[in-house]
Amino acid sequence: MILKRFKRDAKGFFFEGLTLVSALIIITILIVMLVVIIIGGKSMFTWEFLTSFPTEGMTQGGIFPALFGTALMVIIMSIAAVPFGVITAIYLTEYAKENSVIARSIRFAVRTLAVIPSIIFGLFGLGFFIKFVGTGMDSAFMGGQLKWGQPNILWASLTMALLTLPVVIVSVEEALKTIPRELREASLALGATKWQTIRRVVLPGSYSGIMTGTILAVSRGAGEVAPILFTGAAYYLATLPGSLSDQFMSLGYHIYIMTTQSANVDQTLPIQFGTTLVLLLLTFSLNIVAIILRYRIRRRRIA
Amino acid sequence: MNELKQKIDITKKKFRWSDYIAERIIKSVAFLSITFIVLIFFFVFRESFPIFNFSKDAEHKTEQDSSKQAQSNPNEIQEQYGVPAPEPEKQEQYGVVTSDTLTEATIQTSTQETAQQASAQPAKQEQYGVQTADDTSMIENYATSESKATEVSTTDNNKHALKTLVTKDWQPVSDNPRFGLLPLLLGTLKITIISMLFAAPLAILAALYTSVFAPKRLKEIIKPAIELLAGIPSVVIGFFALMIMASFLQDLFGYATRLNSFVGGIAMGLAAIPIIYTITEDALNAVPKTYYEASLALGASKWQTAFFVMLPAATPGIFAAVLLGIGRVFGETMIALMATGNAAMMGLNPFESVRTLAATIGAEMAEVVFGDTHYNVLFLIGSLLFIFTFILNAIAEFWVKGRLMKKIQGK
Repeated sequence: MILKRFKRDAKGFFFEGLTLVSALIIITILIVMLVVIIIGGKSMFTWEFLTSFPTEGMTQGGIFPALFGTALMVIIMSIAAVPFGVITAIYLTEYAKENSVIARSIRFAVRTLAVIPSIIFGLFGLGFFIKFVGTGMDSAFMGGQLKWGQPNILWASLTMALLTLPVVIVSVEEALKTIPRELREASLALGATKWQTIRRVVLPGSYSGIMTGTILAVSRGAGEVAPILFTGAAYYLATLPGSLSDQFMSLGYHIYIMTTQSANVDQTLPIQFGTTLVLLLLTFSLNIVAIILRYRIRRRRIA
Repeated sequence: MNELKQKIDITKKKFRWSDYIAERIIKSVAFLSITFIVLIFFFVFRESFPIFNFSKDAEHKTEQDSSKQAQSNPNEIQEQYGVPAPEPEKQEQYGVVTSDTLTEATIQTSTQETAQQASAQPAKQEQYGVQTADDTSMIENYATSESKATEVSTTDNNKHALKTLVTKDWQPVSDNPRFGLLPLLLGTLKITIISMLFAAPLAILAALYTSVFAPKRLKEIIKPAIELLAGIPSVVIGFFALMIMASFLQDLFGYATRLNSFVGGIAMGLAAIPIIYTITEDALNAVPKTYYEASLALGASKWQTAFFVMLPAATPGIFAAVLLGIGRVFGETMIALMATGNAAMMGLNPFESVRTLAATIGAEMAEVVFGDTHYNVLFLIGSLLFIFTFILNAIAEFWVKGRLMKKIQGK
């Protein structure tokens, strides 16, 4: 009897241990990745590195243009993606009936947008924004002169906005759902119209959700490279992008280019680690802020 | 009484423009997300469409044109080349783009037929003459892709390309270009299988740990940590795989090529783990608490309950999780570009370099001529990827969800 019990416990110990070990392996890989990149990039992580241009054929110097390009792209992307995402989320929670065909197909479309490989967005940006819209704009306004029908920061940002749209929609929807039904009903009962209720009651209550969505979208957009590979990222630019029709440098693309396409990979190794560390810290801090915000929203729902 | 009714009627029928407009706008904006999907499919497929454009009409035209060309002297054709296209497309090229495996790509031989090559030599030099610049300089290649002569040869090439789609050679840039998708498909499958063998068990077991066994404190550390893993950009994972993991795994297993499908698969597994983990955890949490309690009440131990009650009950959800993980790996570009070696080979050995579909698009799109056959084939690969992930998502969404509901609600 005791032996049997021990056997069972041993088995239980083994299987429970198996699951624990799996979780630990994942965490360990994450930590190792962080530690290695931090150690490798620590020496490069200086103010000078962040604020100076690359020099000597990109083997020396800083990453300022890449940082600036990423920031600019992310801002334009947010301007495009956030209003869209918020409005779609409002429709899904406030207007659409839960199980109507329209609501379900919009949800399906959003989820599909979320799983489409990022490279497809790049192809779409090339085929739609650059070749269709851009070339069309050129022949309509520029008299056939080439201005918009080529990769630039506007097309890259819009492509990225499409990619990050589901992120915004999902977080805002989650936040809108935490607003108690009673608040809406009270507002309607006081004579406010539906739109007034949404604008004065629902939206102010969901600011933290909109913030979370924006932050997550920004962190996703800052890290993605595939969509901007052929819609606007440039290998090296001597000047910062001055207008929407300029190309730009981006952190992720910089890492990719330096590690795989550069002639002297070993020589630029510190820069690669430094750039990776900067990108990692950027996305990480944004993600941590978003996780904390989301945690607070969830707590509100329980309370 | 009547008065009251009238009042209600009045308030009901009161029409507010601001409300009406707001609702209209919100509705139409929400609809756009469906439009985007359609647009994405349409425009990706549209660019790949010329490859199928060899209907009888086109064939006839091609014959006519080629016979005309045979009669006309080379000068005329040259003139055709010289004429700028109505909408010339500029394409930026970045010097030597590929490093080790794709040296032939940098040569950029034309995909036109030899006869035309001879006649169009001067024009071609204009197009491709500046290929010798070193890798830091930027070349701007003005390709007059829509000029007449190219169109004719493209139609010919498209017929040829379509025939080579199901062959074993991927040699898009050579005198006799071959667009065999089989090695790319095989490479993608290899990577997907390796990464799923690595990621799926780890993620599912970890999810089981956090949802059944873990003490609350630990759970609140593990969950956000894996969420953070989801937030790491794929280019960073690719960098880590390329710089550290590749050497480490090579030392460990002692295989010959440093970058291969094994390294790539593990790295992509890291990208897929958060997806599989999150959805599996959701599925496990959706299993009714009564299942768990009934099992314990019948005398089963905790681990028996976890493995024989919770896990089977959540199977459809786990299946969906793995499907979405596969979708992620299938379309992952940056890790594939950086860590798989990028050689289109047909072998089954996991320690060989491979080239995936997505990586092919990423690596070669920057250096093709717009409107070229190669360009169309790359978009065709894109359409394939799109259709594949769309189907995976649809299965995960409808079929699996339906089964999960059935199973849990017992209908």
